[in-house]
Amino acid sequence: MKIASRFLTPPETGEVVQFHYEGEAITAPAGLSLAAALLAHSGAFTRQTVNGAPRTAFCMMGVCFDCLVEVDGMPNTQACMIRVRSGMVVKRQMGLRGLSGGNDV
Amino acid sequence: MSEFDLIIIGAGPAGMSAAATAANGGLHVLLLDEQQQPGGQIYRNVGQNRASRGWLGAEYASGARLVDALDHPGVTVQSGATVWRLGSGPRVVWSQNGVSHITSAPHVLLAGGAQERPVPFPGWTLPGVMTAGAAQILMKTAGMLPQGAVLAGSGPLLYLVAAQMIDAGCPPKALVETQTPRMMLAALPYLPKAAFAARVLLKGLGLIRKIRKAGVRRYTAASGFEATSDASGVIHFSFRSKGQQQDLTCALLLTHQGVIPSTHISRAAGITHEWNAAQVAFQPVRDVWGATDQPGLHVAGDGAGIGGAEAATASGDLAALDILHASGRISADTRNQRAATARAMLFRSRAIRPFLDAAYRPPAETLSPPDDTIICRCEEVTAGAIRQGMREGPQGHRQIKTSLRVGMGPCQGRMCDATVRGILSAGKASRMGLIAPPRARSPIKPTKLGEMATLTNDQEETA
Repeated sequence: MKIASRFLTPPETGEVVQFHYEGEAITAPAGLSLAAALLAHSGAFTRQTVNGAPRTAFCMMGVCFDCLVEVDGMPNTQACMIRVRSGMVVKRQMGLRGLSGGNDV
Repeated sequence: MSEFDLIIIGAGPAGMSAAATAANGGLHVLLLDEQQQPGGQIYRNVGQNRASRGWLGAEYASGARLVDALDHPGVTVQSGATVWRLGSGPRVVWSQNGVSHITSAPHVLLAGGAQERPVPFPGWTLPGVMTAGAAQILMKTAGMLPQGAVLAGSGPLLYLVAAQMIDAGCPPKALVETQTPRMMLAALPYLPKAAFAARVLLKGLGLIRKIRKAGVRRYTAASGFEATSDASGVIHFSFRSKGQQQDLTCALLLTHQGVIPSTHISRAAGITHEWNAAQVAFQPVRDVWGATDQPGLHVAGDGAGIGGAEAATASGDLAALDILHASGRISADTRNQRAATARAMLFRSRAIRPFLDAAYRPPAETLSPPDDTIICRCEEVTAGAIRQGMREGPQGHRQIKTSLRVGMGPCQGRMCDATVRGILSAGKASRMGLIAPPRARSPIKPTKLGEMATLTNDQEETA
């Protein structure tokens, strides 16, 4: 079940970028933080804790680390601290990052 | 040799105002900030929003003048720059785009600001539960508006966010306030002094009037917060208000119980900290200029004690004047004379604090929540585990941390230190005297080993 965004998002009037999240193509205004773009897309979790609990961005200012995702194979990336980039590949971070990098390695 | 006379950490009101004053006095200033644009949280993205998003209010828009003042040949702004170590010298180690840099200067001003006080209760970790400040950041940076949100907690920011949501056309579904009539009574003795900040008081009353006029349902004396969510992501929020059980459903539950100084960097730098009983938080010890007990280190703004944006602007100015004096640019007399305006502003803006601190004091259950509440979001440690730990022997913050891993995750205690202290002081540890603030060590933000490995001691950059 897709969980609808919990936010009303303004119409995209300016420059937009396209990126991939969990295999889905998403557009977002250029300059937006990745965490904001993910929250605009869906109200669902964006990471799971070690115990499998769902989490997503909580503080939006770099303090809480609940917005950690995997970006272009780089785990433990704070989504609230980086901007969306065209073509970036974003995955949910499930549990701890693997010792050798991303979840797939 | 560094080309900078002063490094300022944090581009909020304190850091921006200090940078302008120092640069106007002839100093070369490096301003490091973690976000992508200067402004801090209060004036987040104001440079970009100056003409739009009027619903954020005139006070927000006024921050643009601080951002504009950074356009000075003496100020170098590095955005997206995370400071992860502050050593003696002072020497600042900071990371930007995955590369670390070391910069030294005779003076460093810490203007790292504040964070929202954690508001833990069963369910506060669910997607759909966020801080009120987080929603406000989304409004400021992305124009994203919370839909059918419930605001819960207490404090001036809660009213401000509610008013901004009303003005933006998406009023909150309900306002759930933990404030009790008794707390208001306790705050009344501070009201005469608060009259010096009459403008702020009137603004607050205006916000409450706006919320009332918009017909937002209000619950007061609320306690016993609990949230669950269902398969569609809807949040079910239950609490007691005036003895009555209440159940609300919402897409977003936004909580707030005031803000506390961000002290990781000042603690890691070895600055002595003191307990501020009125604000229920630790803060660095500093003199009237913001000078600390560590050579070359000043603190200003909310990171030195919560005072709000206007007080932060004034304290940044005072710190810069003191640094100009210490750098031999102005005499002590000139410093003192030029400080008059900032002093008056600081006095006015601080006059309302005792009233606000008493009226919106965080409730006992926020400071020491029930057993089944997760306290440490990173390591998923509950309040019950901490109490069990205390029964088994450990008393202080450090022992609890070592035995339970609370505060050992990536946020490094930012989300749980305050609550661990609350639980310790509500328990038998309080009989042992003041609980010392937990230690903070470098790197004060998680940093990649590879990035550290590329740094060498003699690699001092001039850029």
